[in-house]
Amino acid sequence: MNDVIVENLSKYFGKPPLTALDNISFEVGKGELFGLIGPDGAGKTTLFRILTTLLLPNSGKAIVNGSDIVKDYKAIRKKVGYMPGKFSLYQDLSVEENLHFFATIFDTTIAANYKLIEDIYKHIEPFKKRRAGALSGGMKQKLALCCALIHRPEVLFLDEPTTGVDSVSRKEFWEMLKRLKQEGITILVSTPYMDEANLCERIALIQDGEIMSIDTPQNITATYPYSLFAIKSTNMSQLLTDLRQYDPINSVFSFGEYHHISFKDEKNDTDTTLAYLQNLGHTALECHPISANIEDCFIHQMSTK
Amino acid sequence: MKQFYSFVRKEFYHVFRDNKTLLMLFGLPITQIVLFGFALSNEIKNSNIVICDYANDQASHEIIDRIAVSRNFDIKKMILSEDEIEATFKEGDVKLVLVFPNNLNQTLIHSKTAQIQIIADATDPNTASTLTAYIQAILNSYQADMGGANKPAVQIIPEIRMLYNPELKGATNFVPGVMALVLFLICVLMTSVSIVKEKETGTMEILLVSPMNPLTIIIAKATPYFVLSLINLTVILLMSIFLLDMPLNGSLALLYLVSSIFILCALAAGLLISNSTDSQQAAMLISLMGMLLPIMLFTGFLFPLENMPMPLQIFANIVPSKWYYIIVKSIMIKGLGIMPILKETLILTGMTLFLLLVSLKKFKIRLA
Amino acid sequence: MSNTNIVIATKKLTKQFGDFTAVDAITFEVYQGEIFGFLGANGAGKTTAMRMLCGLSKPTSGEATIAGFDIYKETERIKTKIGYMSQKFSLYEDLTIIENINFFGGIYGLPKAALKTRTEQLIHRLGLEAEANKLVGDLPLGWKQKLAFSVAILHEPSIVFLDEPTGGVDPITRRQFWDLIYQAAESGITIFVTTHYMDEAEYCNRVSMMVDGVIAALDTPTNLKKQFNAQTMDEVFHELARGAKRKSD
Repeated sequence: MNDVIVENLSKYFGKPPLTALDNISFEVGKGELFGLIGPDGAGKTTLFRILTTLLLPNSGKAIVNGSDIVKDYKAIRKKVGYMPGKFSLYQDLSVEENLHFFATIFDTTIAANYKLIEDIYKHIEPFKKRRAGALSGGMKQKLALCCALIHRPEVLFLDEPTTGVDSVSRKEFWEMLKRLKQEGITILVSTPYMDEANLCERIALIQDGEIMSIDTPQNITATYPYSLFAIKSTNMSQLLTDLRQYDPINSVFSFGEYHHISFKDEKNDTDTTLAYLQNLGHTALECHPISANIEDCFIHQMSTK
Repeated sequence: MKQFYSFVRKEFYHVFRDNKTLLMLFGLPITQIVLFGFALSNEIKNSNIVICDYANDQASHEIIDRIAVSRNFDIKKMILSEDEIEATFKEGDVKLVLVFPNNLNQTLIHSKTAQIQIIADATDPNTASTLTAYIQAILNSYQADMGGANKPAVQIIPEIRMLYNPELKGATNFVPGVMALVLFLICVLMTSVSIVKEKETGTMEILLVSPMNPLTIIIAKATPYFVLSLINLTVILLMSIFLLDMPLNGSLALLYLVSSIFILCALAAGLLISNSTDSQQAAMLISLMGMLLPIMLFTGFLFPLENMPMPLQIFANIVPSKWYYIIVKSIMIKGLGIMPILKETLILTGMTLFLLLVSLKKFKIRLA
Repeated sequence: MSNTNIVIATKKLTKQFGDFTAVDAITFEVYQGEIFGFLGANGAGKTTAMRMLCGLSKPTSGEATIAGFDIYKETERIKTKIGYMSQKFSLYEDLTIIENINFFGGIYGLPKAALKTRTEQLIHRLGLEAEANKLVGDLPLGWKQKLAFSVAILHEPSIVFLDEPTGGVDPITRRQFWDLIYQAAESGITIFVTTHYMDEAEYCNRVSMMVDGVIAALDTPTNLKKQFNAQTMDEVFHELARGAKRKSD
């Protein structure tokens, strides 16, 4: 049986009601690393709060680790680990005191599950006497993960664990998650960083409270309906403007060093396009076909919704 | 139980690692008590007294002599008629007027008891009550000397009139009021802020998701503040007794018992506030603004409740500190036991139970 | 882009907190109309450096001029010449769009007539005509960020400081946001921006990488990639941040 089953879940806030989650359904298998990819305000936090029994849905149902989130909320609270988006440890307690406190309120000891957190904890152990408030962002995040894991949860919910964290620490964090997955823990992680999608086994792209698509990252990128090209010139800003005004172009978006473009018809006439751009004075033009990434897909699904 | 213990210890860490909390917890009561202490002066010397001696006999002369040698009083002048009293006080530097009735000596010899009148300027209530007490001491010593071994004791009953402030609100009345104020405010503030702080930092989310029973969370949260409030009470009591000469005529155990109920009442109020707000500032504002004014106004230690319009007097009945104030005065000053204050104690207990029930019922086991 | 007009110049700018040197003698220049990416790992000293440049924090030693004004003596003059926007603080949620614009225009002392025309331009540019009288709190995040940026440059500052302006914003809005940045840069406003999105580093004219309080590298994205023999800015970042000592504290 799947570890997380969500059926037609909806949640509204306020008056007049604003839809935070609109009829969401998905399942996450036991031991799966599942990513919820979407910008702020997409409904990721609301969904996690409902699944961790912190909020009640307006309609629909959800089962987490075999227990109903409304009726059996007490059972769920024993079995899930939750790391909220905001740094949620006691800043005035030391690393050690925080860990000890969370171990006790989850009715366990640090020793009992030390093996599970050892890999992560050893990074912060040298600073165990330091107050949590004085740790750097990356360290805080590791401590928070340790605290969320200390009772060896069946299902782990990580709400934007990498937001505001630099790219190096982010990579480290994902490596830790991979190791946890090997321990058989089901992990649901939300992130606004599209490039992290590839690190998950399956992902849901979420926007405005709706799941736009749900599949493995490979399958999602494979279903991108257009041929995609990367293009660059010496004046990228002008290139963007010119491509937007060029009729055969279906879409153009900047992606770092390149702009990604797709064409309205199947011919994908790059040669004519390059000639057109050259006429406009662009130099050092370069264009080659690429395969779509998750961000391309996200943009495509957002604009066709 | 281990969860509970661990939680309580964590709360103590929070308190002892935050200087602001410590300052509020112990600095506030100490400064309050010291401030009120300065409003008092222990001994008043050379106060101007005016005497109207209708008796002009042996008894009145002996008493006047004793007053004259006392370092507390300077006899400013003798007046002939009570009609001059008002004018005398208006001169400003006279604190007390003593009126001896006609035939004082005769009355004392025949009926063993007589009345003299003490009229005090009570605009400064502390001074007025202290000076009256001095006069009473002089009268007492005179009585004792008059009594002697074989003569039957005589009794002079002073008829005291407090001009301008008949309530005679003095130090002994202030201290129980300050106790009520400080205990209630600090408990409400501490409890509400500490819970709301967990909401603000997001730790409440983790606590709620943990298997810990929400009821345990609340009790564990309140326990440290209960203990700290009892320590606070002890500090206040020690200071009032040794610094401000407050009497403690009744049972200390009873005082602590009733104070515990009062503290619980405040904790419950704090809990209730924390349920309805999400920011520390709001909690602080509600606690201070919402509590300070009613307590100051309706406890009865600053403004006499009897002089208030009826609706306000009725409203005062729902202010817990009003009842606590009556109880503390009864125990500390009057030295009464539980029976005479049973009604007040029961009302306070009822309020506490009600607040506790409501706050527990309203405590959210989920967010929002 | 003119390379002659220097709008930010620092010389050995240093900030110490106790015995901890948050920013260690950084020296660099930023030119007018440039999009300057200010990158670094968490705790590398970016925020501290940025606070000094905005005149919010006094340096321990070193020199710097912002828009020609000295950061020790002329912080008030500096503040009239800069705009600031961060992911956290943007606009008042309980005021309408128009009210926010009027407020910020007011505190920068814009004359009434100028404020009126600029407000109209701004609303038009962002396509917010229908929403002008709505509360900012009711807008989607992406719109808020775009609006916040437009308000930050309402008084036509020489430099605008953007602290992670696109954090958590959806990919389309993120790109629209960068369109606004380009427009502002073309009108001569210098953009000083921090970000955790490495693709955005590519959009900058030049990028500085802070490591352990010092500027470890500063060049155009192309040159940096060449220098570190990397395919993407992400790789450059990793190459540099890996050597950081402060990472572990």
